[in-house]
Amino acid sequence: MVLNFIIGIISAGIPLAAPLLLASLGEMFNQRAGVFNLGVEGIMLMGAFVGFLVVLTIGSPVLGFLAAILVGAVMGLLMAVVTVKFKAKQGISGIGLFMLGWGLSGTLFRVYVGGITSIEGIRTFSFPLLGKIPIIGEIFFQNNILVYITFLLVPISWYVLNKTAWGLKVRAVGTNPQAADTLGIKVERIRFQCIILGSMMAGLAGAYLTIAQTHIFADNITAGRGFIAVALVYFGKWKPAGIMWGTLLFSLAHALQRSIQVYGINFPYEIAVIIPYLLVIVVLALSYKSQLLGPAALGKPFIRGSRE
Amino acid sequence: MKKKLYNETIYRLLIIVVAVLSALIVGAILLLIAKANPLKAYYVMFTEPLSGKFGLTEILVRAAPLMLVGLGIAIAFRSGIINIGGEGQIMIGAIFGTFIALTFPNLPTYILLPFVFIASFIGGAIWGGIAGWMKAYLSVNEILSTIMLNYIAFQVYMFLIRGPLIDPQEVSYGTGVPQTALLSKNAWLVRIIPASRLHAGIIVAVILAILVYIFLWKTTIGYRLRAAGAEAKAAKYIGVNVKNYLVLAMLLSGGFAGMAGAIEVCGVHHRALESISAGYGFSGIVVALFGGLHPLGIIPASAVFGLLIVGADMMQRSVTVPASIILAIQGLIILAIVSSQIFFSNIALKEKIMIKLKLMKSGDKDGS
Amino acid sequence: MPEIIKKLEMRKITKKFPGVLACNNIDIHINSGEIVALLGENGAGKTTLMNVLFGLYQPEHGEIFLNEKKVVINSPRKAFAYGIGMVHQHFMLVPNLTVLENIALGFTSNKIFKLELNKVRTKIDEVSKEYGLSVNPDAYIWQLSVGEQQRVELIKVLCLGANLLILDEPTAALTPQETDELIGLLKIMAKKDRSIIFISHKLNEVKAVSDRVCVLRNGSLVYEGTTPEHSVSTLAEKMAGREISMPTLKEKSHATSPILEIKNVFAKGSMGTMALDGFTLTVNRGEIVGIAGVSGNGQKELADVINGINHIESGQILLNDEDITNKAPQKIINKGMGYIPEDRMHEGTIPSFSVKENIIMKDYNHPPLSKNTFLQNKIIENYSSELINNFDIKCPDNKTSCASLSGGNVQKVILARELSRKPKMLIASYPIRGLDIGAAEYVHEQLLEARSENIGVLLISEELDELLDICDRIAVIYEGKTLDILDRDIDTKSKLGLLMAGIKDEKKVI
Repeated sequence: MVLNFIIGIISAGIPLAAPLLLASLGEMFNQRAGVFNLGVEGIMLMGAFVGFLVVLTIGSPVLGFLAAILVGAVMGLLMAVVTVKFKAKQGISGIGLFMLGWGLSGTLFRVYVGGITSIEGIRTFSFPLLGKIPIIGEIFFQNNILVYITFLLVPISWYVLNKTAWGLKVRAVGTNPQAADTLGIKVERIRFQCIILGSMMAGLAGAYLTIAQTHIFADNITAGRGFIAVALVYFGKWKPAGIMWGTLLFSLAHALQRSIQVYGINFPYEIAVIIPYLLVIVVLALSYKSQLLGPAALGKPFIRGSRE
Repeated sequence: MKKKLYNETIYRLLIIVVAVLSALIVGAILLLIAKANPLKAYYVMFTEPLSGKFGLTEILVRAAPLMLVGLGIAIAFRSGIINIGGEGQIMIGAIFGTFIALTFPNLPTYILLPFVFIASFIGGAIWGGIAGWMKAYLSVNEILSTIMLNYIAFQVYMFLIRGPLIDPQEVSYGTGVPQTALLSKNAWLVRIIPASRLHAGIIVAVILAILVYIFLWKTTIGYRLRAAGAEAKAAKYIGVNVKNYLVLAMLLSGGFAGMAGAIEVCGVHHRALESISAGYGFSGIVVALFGGLHPLGIIPASAVFGLLIVGADMMQRSVTVPASIILAIQGLIILAIVSSQIFFSNIALKEKIMIKLKLMKSGDKDGS
Repeated sequence: MPEIIKKLEMRKITKKFPGVLACNNIDIHINSGEIVALLGENGAGKTTLMNVLFGLYQPEHGEIFLNEKKVVINSPRKAFAYGIGMVHQHFMLVPNLTVLENIALGFTSNKIFKLELNKVRTKIDEVSKEYGLSVNPDAYIWQLSVGEQQRVELIKVLCLGANLLILDEPTAALTPQETDELIGLLKIMAKKDRSIIFISHKLNEVKAVSDRVCVLRNGSLVYEGTTPEHSVSTLAEKMAGREISMPTLKEKSHATSPILEIKNVFAKGSMGTMALDGFTLTVNRGEIVGIAGVSGNGQKELADVINGINHIESGQILLNDEDITNKAPQKIINKGMGYIPEDRMHEGTIPSFSVKENIIMKDYNHPPLSKNTFLQNKIIENYSSELINNFDIKCPDNKTSCASLSGGNVQKVILARELSRKPKMLIASYPIRGLDIGAAEYVHEQLLEARSENIGVLLISEELDELLDICDRIAVIYEGKTLDILDRDIDTKSKLGLLMAGIKDEKKVI
């Protein structure tokens, strides 16, 4: 019983981690380049809706994911224009983008869909042999394809950031953009690339929620996951592996909270729902010292020759 | 000199108009995507509320909570902290106030109402203060913490009005709508125009706006708050305890949002119900920014956004566009306003544009 | 490798900023193997002109010719391609990257994936061997001292193939010894046919290093000639456009009664290490005591703990015989402490506040400026206008924001505020840094005036000339300790140089 309960939580937690991890890794690229994108939540909502709509009308999950990535890129472009070109305050800009994504996804849902409708989406995929291994198979080898891709992105992100020329440029631009500029690196271009990349990942993360996880769309379906993803970047100290552990912690807490409901343990539903949000606050409070390790130019627009 | 000031004002207005227009143009594209005729939609949105008593009074009904939330956000902004937690603070404020009103239904109005407002202020202040304290002493990013506190507040609020504080009638009828019992009339704000929902809350809000102005610019506490927000290093240098002032700012900011909750409870619904915050926590951010983070600018700004919100409701009926589009348009307006700041802060850019617009000759020096 | 630069010319360069003509029709040239000094006061246009050459700014008019061919340099990448490299005054290094990565960054501009760290490593080896510049390529920048960071900067531009090096105030943060080493190195480079443009306002260095000197004043080239023709004082005149008479101390102070006593103070810096490590010093009434030292030896922490902005671990600080150790800043201010902070733009003033609001920063809380927490606008209005007049602060009116004032006028706002409060003691941190000579002169006059009014003054500075001009005594701070205290004397300067490097006993060096 207890073992089943624990296996249940872990095997439910891993797929729940995927959207958080996708969005969080994307935000990591933003922040490593020095841009704090709080619009992730809004981008996820748009990605969730557009992905859902494409699957509902055309039926192809692949096209749904691609559409979500595209809509993420468009919103990322908007964020980049506002924060990099117009050098607007990043925090408040993100809130604007959030409201845009939230309002628009809700509106379009009412116009194009109307009510709760479910879609086929993608289902889990069991590895031929490995999936049959007791416990381990259930936990690790019975997930949908996007879960594997997402976890693969962790080492890939690390490699890109630390071992490629582009990654070196990103790290430089986020810490000392003036220095990068004097070496002929196009600071604004790198920031545009990072914001758009991060936003594409956020769009995909949103589509994951509707296409691979819940198979429905509802207003505000992300319920703060975009913001949690941002918080996890702090928790993970701007490193892919750290972020991965953070998302696992969260999704396990989420799975635990669901199990409590499923198993009918007598506990007010509202209080259980609070747990992840409380956890974010606790995590932020505990990782406050790590902020010193963050990208030094985070949140600061780059202005060449800003005369003191 | 006068001419220069005049030209500066023209430039400022021009930039703001262009910013808002660009937000509305992008909004028009969104309306097209939402299968609506943008011209018709905007026409309804901006004119219909102004065409009768119902619309005009409703604008002010919405303006009252917007003004209070906007004032709170402006206080926080001026103190260097961004409060996105209006939604949660409204709910906690509303539930505190409702609790007092339900507990002491027989107190006379002139005692009960202030009591309810103070309770709501305290509720909101606690909710804002938590974020302020964590920002000051644990360096927790206040945007993230206030957003998380919104989600938490919503769940706590729903738990209370679905459980312990639910209207006994809902239980006995078995309908189970999550809302509290109706407050006694002693806790109702007086309706100032008959046959409308317009209540005295709007007057309270305007008076508070003026008080906030005096507080921020005419008192030593306000001076310290603004100093802490404008340049924390300099504030420390003159002996301001910046951390405590951050907390104070969030207490006040949350308190104002909490009072917006009281205004909704005592003025409009006369009970606490599910949709009490109605998005005012987010709209208040737009109001504060649009009002230039200045209390006296927030008064007209809240009327403008009251108009937009009422207009969006009317648009939903006559053009059949969901009113939630207004949230997206407000998001666009935020993006436009924050983007427009560069046209004031980048002096080279400003000069170039002013010369092009013939508001300035190329030889003139700007500023000092 | 870019072709060797035999001759580079900038012709009729004009660059404007809002309200300022930073460069006005400037012609300069440099030949290979030559060291040209670009001399001028702050704001004369030296850095702007060089940023144009380096491709960071685009000029309104003017052309650049390289080996008699016209070239357009519109980005630093182009500049490197032509063999032009620049070492900026504030080092352009990324602290959390290694030396190797910082240099490799310069080779990435067209690449996405390929990061050839080994090739860059070989290159670094070659360059450091050629010039005897040793550096550990795998060290992180934040682990290096200022002198080492400068070495990295030099290696970086050399690795990137620079034949023409622009050095913007390269000695600003170096000890006298490091400065000498740098000058030696530059001469070696010139011998190897590289050309060097050396921006400075330190005349002795210019004299020591350069073959030719170009003097800029208010954005125009006012003089050009070979260096040996001139003495330091004639160069100074050309730079300022008039005869300079920086105020100096005339008579000796006979002050003996202590006003500020710092006794064996230990305090932590921002990195958590002991920035003040048993610091002791006494300042008397009517005396200016200088604190000499290379920055980062505890100066910032010293000023902060005296003013209560940071706490000390142990020790004692007395003001006028009263214990002010770890008291709140407000209390220390009220006991008669004045403080001109190092960061005049963000600590000494609030840039978005008006001049009026900045002038009352320390007194807004007392009558008559406020009563019962309400600010008294009329009184504040008169008071601030009076100070603007008395201290000759140039601003359109008292509602102008401090952000739009020049550095000199911001410093006057601070001086007006601090001195009109009649302090007993005044701490002045780098009070003339970045000011033009006229403003610097004014600040020194005011400090001397304070001295004659029996105020004790503690002057923190890196500029030996400033200290020697107006200090009665000079204490040398090194690694958080008072290394020595010297009376103002003829041979003080040479002693100070060694002391600032932490060498107390001259025999030890030899």
